[in-house]
Amino acid sequence: MATLQYREALRRAMTEEMRRDDSVFLMGEEVAYYEGAYKVSQGMLQEFGERRVVDTPIAENGFCGLGIGAAMVGLKPIIELMTWNFSLVAYDQIINNAAKIYQMTAGSYSVPIVFRGPTGAPGNLGSQHSQALESIYAHFPGLKVISVATPRDAYGLLKSAIRDPNPVVFMEAEGLYSLKGEVEDEEFLIPIGEAETKRAGTDLTIITWNQQVHNCLEAAEALAAEGINAEVLDLRTIRPLDERAIFESVCKTHRAVVVQEGFPYAGVGAEVSARIQEACFDALDAPILRVCNRDIPQPYATNLEQHVIPTVQRIVEACRAVCAR
Amino acid sequence: MAPAGSSPLHASIGPPSDPAGVPITREQLLEWYRMMSTIRRVEELAAKAYQQKKILGFCHLYIGQEAVAVGATAALKSEDHIVTAYRDHGQAMARGVSPTAVLAELMGRRDGVTHGIGGSMHMGSKEHNFFGGYGIVGGHVPLAVGAAFASKYRDDGTVALVFFGDGAAQQGAFYEALELAALYRLPCVFLCENNYYAMGTSLERQSYLTDMSRRGDGVGMLRWQFEGFDVVDCYRNIKLAADYARSGEGPVILEAVTYRYRGHSMSDPAKYRKEGELASFKTKDCIASCKDHLIELHGMVEDDFKEISKEIKATTKEAYAAAEASPEPDLAKLYDYTYAPTES
Repeated sequence: MATLQYREALRRAMTEEMRRDDSVFLMGEEVAYYEGAYKVSQGMLQEFGERRVVDTPIAENGFCGLGIGAAMVGLKPIIELMTWNFSLVAYDQIINNAAKIYQMTAGSYSVPIVFRGPTGAPGNLGSQHSQALESIYAHFPGLKVISVATPRDAYGLLKSAIRDPNPVVFMEAEGLYSLKGEVEDEEFLIPIGEAETKRAGTDLTIITWNQQVHNCLEAAEALAAEGINAEVLDLRTIRPLDERAIFESVCKTHRAVVVQEGFPYAGVGAEVSARIQEACFDALDAPILRVCNRDIPQPYATNLEQHVIPTVQRIVEACRAVCAR
Repeated sequence: MAPAGSSPLHASIGPPSDPAGVPITREQLLEWYRMMSTIRRVEELAAKAYQQKKILGFCHLYIGQEAVAVGATAALKSEDHIVTAYRDHGQAMARGVSPTAVLAELMGRRDGVTHGIGGSMHMGSKEHNFFGGYGIVGGHVPLAVGAAFASKYRDDGTVALVFFGDGAAQQGAFYEALELAALYRLPCVFLCENNYYAMGTSLERQSYLTDMSRRGDGVGMLRWQFEGFDVVDCYRNIKLAADYARSGEGPVILEAVTYRYRGHSMSDPAKYRKEGELASFKTKDCIASCKDHLIELHGMVEDDFKEISKEIKATTKEAYAAAEASPEPDLAKLYDYTYAPTES
């Protein structure tokens, strides 16, 4: 069992898939000679050359569309977005083309492509560089959306994403790239659409994903000291949603808190809450609470930012409130 | 490192050789005449069906511009990739999609190109290497660059050709696509069908430069403009561009000056045209000029065309009846098309 950084796990996944299949290539800003803005693609140019590790101009709308067109004729592009914030200039390509082409052509053309990069607040980057954008991608049928918290999940799910015949939005986090974790030495894949219990518990279910998984685990330890045994369910895949894992856990604990980085309005947290109450109403002993960003754009200063994003303290408070009922 | 501004302003303007030197046979002309006439007839039938509410939604007719789609597809090989915008019925048929499949799609029937899912604006068919039509103006242009990228990546000798209008030549996606194709020297042909109107806004009211091929200057792309009224001109110019792209020299941007006889869509009466404008363009009609070539160069006579016309009327009438007889799409299959199945 090797201990890998999150970025190394992503690199291992891409490297193995590129060795396995010549149609897989990596394209994006600074991915080749600069070796990635966050060094995810370090050494890959050296191994695969300019044909398969391709630097682009700063033209997300163009190169995301290029990737989609290449995927339509059988290549398997991995398009790196320096951050998902920059994907907004390519939103048309991802939503109106990638997500719809398989359907619009009645299954004639498929679009096996991965768009990947970091999402969420890495700290002190202000409003345009700190958004968690899972919700606005998960909204659209035709896309699969993955958002990973650990090196092991990053590795196993990125491999599945690359092999998937559909467009996959793959979200990482700047704050996690140096995180270390164990990853098996043998090759493995983690299926898309399966949540994972990161901490088993009996008193309430905390449902979360990406970097908030770590805050939730910390909150669960703090709650344990108070006698509250929280289960932490890491969705890992946002679309398709692992409803079964969510419902089973909530039916066991009878209480749920959804922790979502990102704006609360029409967010994934709202979707998860709605589905729980639709399916598990009789099992619930308390209203479902959400812990999200405050409903304002991200500020820069540390104290302001800490007020806006979900913190361990706010998660603990929400869990206490749910358990007090 | 080379100083900024030292990159060669490569190639620039005009076809690499004289288009008049590209040979044309009688068989080609005759095939093009038939195809242009078929497209026009199908579009006329579509217009009628639209008025009878047998076709719903948007319906953008290609009447008047047939020479461009027919000349372009003739200039390409069947393994090349074609991408177009929402006015896509003509391109689909020129690429080999049957009139029945086009009409059935317009009527929302099971035997449509995409079984009633795509509709007028989305007639993609991989079997025909036809990406289909796209409804976000300019958003389809980068897809062609992707197909061209794949061609170079696999060194398979294919070319990608993308049709777009004078309106699309204002979109950011279009400019970015040009740059990427030029930077990577991709075998891509950007073909602007300048039909003088971006929906209802005339060319000079929506663009400072009215020669749309000049969009290529900013990225150092070979470019030229030609009259797109005569299918022979279309074929010759696009053939030279496709051959150039295929040879590995890089992309080309072309502008075919053309004109649409109908409004932007079926709901547009086109009142913005100047008086006499439509009539003056009709004197350059592509079907009439193709007929003239066949008479002047190949000795065909009026009776030959009467025969062809009768034939096309009959086949398109049959296609229309087959489309109308086609059942409604299968609701049970609708959910099969959201995601491609994952191999397990």
